[in-house]
Amino acid sequence: MNANGHFVALEGVTKRFGDLEVLRRVNLTVEEHNVVCLIGASGSGKSTLLRCINLLEKVDEGRIVVDGEEITNGQVDVNALRRKIGIVFQAYNLFPHMTVLQNVSLAPRKVRGLDRETSREVAMELLRRIGLEDKANEFPDRLSGGQQQRVAIARALAMNPRLLLLDEITSALDPQLVSEVLNLVRSLTEVGMTMIIATHEMTFAREVSDRVCFLDGGVIYEQGPPEQIFSNPSEPRTREFLARIIEAGRL
Amino acid sequence: MHRVLQDFADPFYFRQVLPDIWSGFLINVHMMVIAEALVLVLALVLAIVRGLPGRGAKPFRGLAIVYTDFFRGTPLTIVAYAFILGVPGLRYAGISNYSNEVYGIMALTVVYTAYVTEVYRAGIESVHGSQRMAARSLGLSYGQAMRYVVLPQAIRRVVPPLLNDFIGLQKDTAIIGAIGVTEAAAQGQNFASSYFNFTGFLVGAVFFIYLTIPLARFTDHLIKQRELRERAAMV
Ligand SMILES: Nc1ncnc2c1ncn2[C@@H]1O[C@H](COP(=O)(O)OP(=O)(O)O)[C@@H](O)[C@H]1O
Ligand SMILES: [Mg+2]
Repeated sequence: MNANGHFVALEGVTKRFGDLEVLRRVNLTVEEHNVVCLIGASGSGKSTLLRCINLLEKVDEGRIVVDGEEITNGQVDVNALRRKIGIVFQAYNLFPHMTVLQNVSLAPRKVRGLDRETSREVAMELLRRIGLEDKANEFPDRLSGGQQQRVAIARALAMNPRLLLLDEITSALDPQLVSEVLNLVRSLTEVGMTMIIATHEMTFAREVSDRVCFLDGGVIYEQGPPEQIFSNPSEPRTREFLARIIEAGRL
Repeated sequence: MHRVLQDFADPFYFRQVLPDIWSGFLINVHMMVIAEALVLVLALVLAIVRGLPGRGAKPFRGLAIVYTDFFRGTPLTIVAYAFILGVPGLRYAGISNYSNEVYGIMALTVVYTAYVTEVYRAGIESVHGSQRMAARSLGLSYGQAMRYVVLPQAIRRVVPPLLNDFIGLQKDTAIIGAIGVTEAAAQGQNFASSYFNFTGFLVGAVFFIYLTIPLARFTDHLIKQRELRERAAMV
């Protein structure tokens, strides 16, 4: 086993919460500029997998290599690693006591060490890109869910991450707000952002992924190109899962 | 009834006692302001220490817990006597020859720091873990996440209970009179024993109430404002 040539490599990653094995010997590789989607029922371990990659959770067994550096040996500088890896959560988690502009410019200022003026420019440029420059001085609770989630993405992008983890970022949104967020993610695939995306939006996953992984009970049951997973899955469990999704009208 | 009025609110004595009570009351205000400023800072430090993660910080967390348990449980009078009788006895050049007022401020600070530490701690714990997680995932260190994300939200939330504790502190400055600081209550006491009249106490009480009511109303106002904001955020 080695991680040669892969931008991200998980090798035999196991994670437990008490007696519960939430991830079981997960192997996964991601190439630079690729998009990998994680699909699977609620509770299958998608969030935990993403959180292990930026060390918000500690893995119990196995190893994870990011950009040629093993991050699971307990010696890595956690804060330095997280500078390279952005994550966006289902619940946005914007800082409610800060304006939109302050939310986006905080990390450039305090972590990247940019001065006030430069970090402000970086943040404004991103807000322009997501079409929310007119909201720069609003507080998050004045924005719609879709707008808040776009700001959360901008906040992560402000660190210039080499890898972006998206954890069901549209699951808390009203249906009519989903597309503005997905369009933003789509624009990131066009500029070659490396992403691992946990999602229930199957149409979207099919469109943007280079590879799709189906998780069930903490195990990656099947992975492959989207055409194969969605049109011709080889595992019965994958078929069952997709059948339920189709029934729910999401594909 | 007439007797009561004469004893507690005699217009003749009123004029006579007013200047003394007023000068005493200024001492109350002085002790209160200094103690409150110290409490705000020390309690914040203790609350942060109490929440430090990791095994290495365990002894510090333990000390902070012992401190708050001990001083929340000990009556202010006892702490005040301990300072005024005990500290000079230490003959420790640095702190052993201060005035009684300074010892009173120390006692108030030590006791109220314990209360306010708990207030801060509740505030820090009320900030959802996802906020800290979001901050850490941007690469902010533990300290930076605390300083820029957790504490600003926590402190905003605890302003009302904190002001409540300060109302208590204001009133408790009167207890310091018992250890020989001639603050308002002690002035009232002096006056009562020389003239067998209690008008001084009434005057003192009015001063205290004048100080407390605006603070209490301001606290109510903040609480109401927050309720409105939270309701607005819900819809
Ligand atoms: N902090 C935690 N403590 C205990 N169990 C957890 C914790 N986080 C997640 N789990 C459990 O791990 C399993 C996988 O959760 P998660 O990774 O959130 O799945 P998904 O994102 O696919 O819905 C679930 O059974 C969940 O209850
Ligand atoms: Mg999840």
